[in-house]
Amino acid sequence: MIYFIIRRLIMTVFLLLLVSMITFAIFFLVPRLAGQTAYQLAAQYVGRNPIPSEIKAVEVKLGLNAPLYLQYGRYIKGIVAGIHYNNGTDISYCPFPCFGYSFRNQQPVWPQLISDAPVTLSIAVGAAVLWLIGGVSIGVLSALRRGSFFDRLSMGVALAGVSLPVFFTGLIALELFSYHWPIFPNVHYVPITENPLLWARNLILPWVTLAFLYAALYARLTRAGMLETMGEDYIRTARAKGLAERKVVVKHGLRAALTPIVTIFGLDLGLLLGGAILTETTFSFPGLGQFTILAIQNQDLPEIMGVVMIASFFIVIANMIVDILYAVVDPRVRF
Amino acid sequence: MAPLLEVSDLRIHFQTDDGLVRAVDGVSFVLERGRTLGIVGESGSGKSVSSMGIMGLHEGTKARITGEIRLDGEELVNASPARVRELRGSKMAMIFQDPLSSLHPYYTVGHQIIEAYRVHNKVSKKVARKHAIDLLGRVGIPTPETRVDDYAHQFSGGMRQRAMIAMALSCDPELLIADEPTTALDVTVQAQILDLISDLQSELGSAVIIITHDLGVVAELSDDILVMYAGRVAEYGSAADIFGRPDHPYTWGLLSSMPRLDQDRTTRLVPIPGTPPSLIRVPSGCPFHPRCRYTELVGGRRCETEVPPLREAVTPGHTAACHLTADQRTRQWAELPASRLADDAQAPEAKDPEAREPV
Repeated sequence: MIYFIIRRLIMTVFLLLLVSMITFAIFFLVPRLAGQTAYQLAAQYVGRNPIPSEIKAVEVKLGLNAPLYLQYGRYIKGIVAGIHYNNGTDISYCPFPCFGYSFRNQQPVWPQLISDAPVTLSIAVGAAVLWLIGGVSIGVLSALRRGSFFDRLSMGVALAGVSLPVFFTGLIALELFSYHWPIFPNVHYVPITENPLLWARNLILPWVTLAFLYAALYARLTRAGMLETMGEDYIRTARAKGLAERKVVVKHGLRAALTPIVTIFGLDLGLLLGGAILTETTFSFPGLGQFTILAIQNQDLPEIMGVVMIASFFIVIANMIVDILYAVVDPRVRF
Repeated sequence: MAPLLEVSDLRIHFQTDDGLVRAVDGVSFVLERGRTLGIVGESGSGKSVSSMGIMGLHEGTKARITGEIRLDGEELVNASPARVRELRGSKMAMIFQDPLSSLHPYYTVGHQIIEAYRVHNKVSKKVARKHAIDLLGRVGIPTPETRVDDYAHQFSGGMRQRAMIAMALSCDPELLIADEPTTALDVTVQAQILDLISDLQSELGSAVIIITHDLGVVAELSDDILVMYAGRVAEYGSAADIFGRPDHPYTWGLLSSMPRLDQDRTTRLVPIPGTPPSLIRVPSGCPFHPRCRYTELVGGRRCETEVPPLREAVTPGHTAACHLTADQRTRQWAELPASRLADDAQAPEAKDPEAREPV
């Protein structure tokens, strides 16, 4: 097990390196192949009406005129150890982990990512708890009362949940519960450290909106899984022992049906941690998702690179945790 | 004292989209303590459905059960589900066909036995665990104190079935139902498992129902045999009667289609023509008539129109549902090659291991 984790961690590093190479190639190599010069790239850093000498200075400082492999080396070095930028006259230090400077505000990318991450984390984790509990329990009840009114109703709602995009349900929720009946007025992000109560209160609408989408998916998954496992021979054995039906369902049925749910859950959560783009945009929460949108709108390459790296980091780690959990859940899986 | 298990006119019907399935249609039998009943029949003849009915495992499905099931005098068909659940696993236990799929893949074998024991006995986990190790040892699992923590997939096929038996025996049931306990096992292991069941039976004095389509298995273990066809009883009698002097053309067919080692190798096996009927459209009259060679002897299309009642034949307690007269049956059976083999081999001695065919 320990070896497995170590092996996976080493693989994670290589995987992230690969991701960084590919994104670096897309954003720096391809434009250069298309004829963009270091001068043009440097011009991005310097306001509206740049003076050529200023641009030149930036070009030298950030090493944009160096060969690409050197630039990539510097980029990685910055991430791992931090880096000094030197243009001959002044030296600025970008501390570890340095993802470069953003074009927009010429600040290092990392601190911005760090300050936006808690917003996304709040949204994603809270919604995940909601949809896991809601989706799985609705799925189990649906499976047990297959064909009943409850089953039909919940699967109908689930179909709607899967089909309706967050920006639709989110706006409806805002209109109804924030404007029409102001139960949650003035929804905006408040850090948990500032006011935990307000934090939770303002997050309820985003949580429910996001959880609705995923809970629908999970209810359907759980229902399908439960229908399958409840037909298994070991369920009959459990009943033949004289176990109470509730125990048969939860301990013997649900336990086995949960395995695929665990897998999907890890990946979904990992993906969301990289930015709940639609939810954050709908509710104007300044998380990684909004950061991503802004970075792309501004064609801010270092920011895009940074957010891609963070998102892939979350997904790779989530994958690893899922693999470990798999072994915990299913004893037939061994490393 | 009342017999341990008394089933009378048991009917289990399922309402499906295609129509009413009469999976079990009027089955009666009696099982005394310490005796073994073999239920034989082709797939879909209602063997498993009846046994699940006795265990109350149709609870919550769309099955409609009528008739009477008396376990130790207690009526079960109309008993509350909670009461049946109480009896299930304690007074009556069941082992199933495929031990790998019947054991939960995510829990250790020991955990599952402990669970079965603790449902009906208020004991600590530690005591239950000791009991589980004990049981595993008794069913012949080597080093049970370590194997108790293994999962089903770490056991071999035979060991899994031994573990299932250990689980079924955890509360010393008075009735043990074995539903095709050896079908999924290879031949050498089959014999071991059957030995184990009969050893444990004589040790505990339980009554056993063994369900199978393998006549060799029932020949080895059973005192009485119930031959089922299309959800009904075709023939019911002692093992000696059924093998020595079978009274139903279906049983003749089963015996003729069974290969035997003491048989001349040039003799061809005689299969029963046709296939078992659909339980939604059970043939009118005798359900076996479309496959029966002897309908003309009965004449008057009685086989197609009239359901033959279970009638006692020559020996008391030996009944068969057939329109043929006793004379006709004696004559027809004597003409079949299988009858000569039965005479040669004599009626098998159920409890005598020497009489078993070598495997």
